[in-house]
Amino acid sequence: MFKLANFCKSILLVITTVLTIGSVYAQNTSAHFPGIGRDATPAEVAAWDIDVRPDFKGLPKGSGSVEKGQQLWEAKCSVCHGTFGESNEIFTPIIGGTTTDDIKTGRVASLSDRKQPQRTTIMKVATVSSLWDYIYRAMPWNAPRSLTPDDTFALVAYLLNLAEVVPDDFVLSDSNIAEVQKRMPNRNGMTLKHGMWNSKGAPDVHATACMTNCVQFVQIGSVLPDYARNAHGNIAEQNRQYGPFRGADSTKPPLDKLPGTSAEGMAHASDMHVANKGPAAMFKAENCTACHAMNSKLVGPSVADISSKYQGQSGALDKLMAKVKNGGSGVWGPIPMPAQSQLSDEDRKALVTWVLSGGK
Amino acid sequence: MVDRKRRGQIQQAPENFLSQELIVDLNKNGMDDQRRGFMRNGFIAALGGAVGLGSSLNAFAAGEGDPAILEKQVWQTTLGKNVATMPYGTPSIYEANLIRRESPGLTRVSAASVAFTPLQGLFGIITPNGLHFERQHQGWYNVDPEKHRLMINGLVKHSRVFTMNDLMRLPSVSRIHFIECGANTGLEWGNVAVPTVQYTHGMLSCCEFTGVPLAVLLEECGADLKKGKYLLAEGGDGSGMTRTINLDDVLNEAIVAWGMNGEMLRPENGFPLRLVVPGVQGVSWVKWLRRLEVGDMPYATKDEAVHYNDLMPDGMARQYTSIQECKSVITTPSGGQQLLDKGFYNVSGLAWSGRGKVKRVDVSFDGGNNWKTARLETPILSKALTRFNIDWVWDGSPAILQSRAIDETGYVQPPIKLLRDVRGTRSIYHNNAIQSWKIGANGEVSNVQVG
Repeated sequence: MFKLANFCKSILLVITTVLTIGSVYAQNTSAHFPGIGRDATPAEVAAWDIDVRPDFKGLPKGSGSVEKGQQLWEAKCSVCHGTFGESNEIFTPIIGGTTTDDIKTGRVASLSDRKQPQRTTIMKVATVSSLWDYIYRAMPWNAPRSLTPDDTFALVAYLLNLAEVVPDDFVLSDSNIAEVQKRMPNRNGMTLKHGMWNSKGAPDVHATACMTNCVQFVQIGSVLPDYARNAHGNIAEQNRQYGPFRGADSTKPPLDKLPGTSAEGMAHASDMHVANKGPAAMFKAENCTACHAMNSKLVGPSVADISSKYQGQSGALDKLMAKVKNGGSGVWGPIPMPAQSQLSDEDRKALVTWVLSGGK
Repeated sequence: MVDRKRRGQIQQAPENFLSQELIVDLNKNGMDDQRRGFMRNGFIAALGGAVGLGSSLNAFAAGEGDPAILEKQVWQTTLGKNVATMPYGTPSIYEANLIRRESPGLTRVSAASVAFTPLQGLFGIITPNGLHFERQHQGWYNVDPEKHRLMINGLVKHSRVFTMNDLMRLPSVSRIHFIECGANTGLEWGNVAVPTVQYTHGMLSCCEFTGVPLAVLLEECGADLKKGKYLLAEGGDGSGMTRTINLDDVLNEAIVAWGMNGEMLRPENGFPLRLVVPGVQGVSWVKWLRRLEVGDMPYATKDEAVHYNDLMPDGMARQYTSIQECKSVITTPSGGQQLLDKGFYNVSGLAWSGRGKVKRVDVSFDGGNNWKTARLETPILSKALTRFNIDWVWDGSPAILQSRAIDETGYVQPPIKLLRDVRGTRSIYHNNAIQSWKIGANGEVSNVQVG
């Protein structure tokens, strides 16, 4: 009996030990809901709590030079954003539109004088922490969370150098970033004076609800331009083709009279049900469009460019089918195309044939 | 004579009118022309083409009457499909036109873009899950719910981690709210730019969301709500989407939600977890919600520092503009639609306010000169879409339709000119102006701006 009791004791001890170890991980400090949730470990909080506030709380220690930033930029960023952060092809431009005067005043003049056709990131951003936080958490576009803190310091340094906020030999670090903040071109360009942060805030526009004879002359100030009538595809195919509210056939000129209940002159239901299948739909569904557009270069070449490059070449189909299957690089630039092994041979053939035809 | 005993009893169905082989074949392969031929024995119809005849046969053929009544239709005279033929049901093939669509040229990368809800075809206030608008910042994923975690840290006594198992055990609420992107109608600040209500107003949806109240979770973690007036919400996608939430304002209404119209969130809308912040613009309803941090200052994240700020004429940008002010739009008839004939129409639309309930909607048929009050359909819920309807007999002459909503705070939806007088034309966000639709004598409806 004694032995058995001892044996039981040691089992209990083992169990207690296991529970104790377990509770370091799964300790429950729940106030109201026993058994639900657990405390986060310090390592878990460190892994996820990466945000950097305007007061730089959360900024890791580290540093990076403009020079290193330029190397990283050209390797990982310039393909989308342009060598100088000026590209408007894939995303809106990052750099441009600010002056050394803006750095003095902290207000970007081109935001009010409207001389700059497009607003760049550096024109708008007031806080350097926003750049650091976002680049570190979400860039590059197709490989977020792959940059180190030092990489991020370097990239921010490079961008700020392009905007003439810091000199060519600058090394940005956690210890001097607060000084750099004082040179941000639009640091004084934000206001919290508005009624839209809080649902009880006061509105800035006060309309009245007049009911009769409110407008002496009703004037149309703006109409849909003719070219825009069909710019979103055929509107007839975007409405029901039965019932009282059909869509106008925007591929044709407007009707010259009311169609009447027979719907004379209108598109009919048998013309519709545009097949949502085929290579064009696959091109989108398989995420090819993340890197390839129809006519403009994105991360990868456009469908039009591929089609014209390989036009009339024998063996192009097989060559490109292999590229799609196994991935490739070097033909259009340094960014490799990932292997698309998920596609069946049949789908791959249909896709490549479609691409080679220029998407027809 | 009727056998009285048998009256009211279920009659046995005639069996064997289809051969057993044909039933098996139909179940396996469905109906096609050949099989129809077997079943209908000589009834010849242009089955594929018949779809298109409906509209042109609307007007009665001369003679005895409408062939749609006089002739037996295939669906009256043959066997329909089995239950669960579509284990997850999809809309009728005749509804194929009503889908989410992108606006060409709006963005250049579809993984950071918008797909708009086809408001022109929807009824009532609930948006079907498959048509809920989409805004992605760095593409969407099917996040594995077993690996999804919600961490709560910052100014809390205990930083905590919750699994979906944990969250879905907590006391939940279900509430109907609208979600509108701050940039909805943003293309129209300067001038008319897009043809239909799908593109002018389609970054708008309304669902019943189910989840645990944010306040319950924060209390459970011992949040310091005296010091912690701000909440950073962070998504688990590649963009690690982050937004600052005004805890003072939304603490009692925000929901950490997994349910959407009775089922789990759709992946493109944040499956398995998203934040619901009633009345606040959609970007703050962080999807794939993985972390909430209680803090004592706003965070100036990228989408609070570069985007979603309203640029004023003096070059200052209003930062942290969040509330979606009172707004309405007529959805039928609306831009790009074609009326067939004059006569009676039920003019219908949606109204909503980020500050509470919709109190009244007025409709004008003459470009804003004279107004009539529309019927508000129930339910009328706070920070939810409200459906309005009004009778109209169109005499066939050109008309300009407008709707104007008033919310329970007394705020009146403004004309575009009034908005521009204060905010200029470059703010992109928070355009809640009155929408005008012009109906031409040919019945075509087009997007115009008055004033």
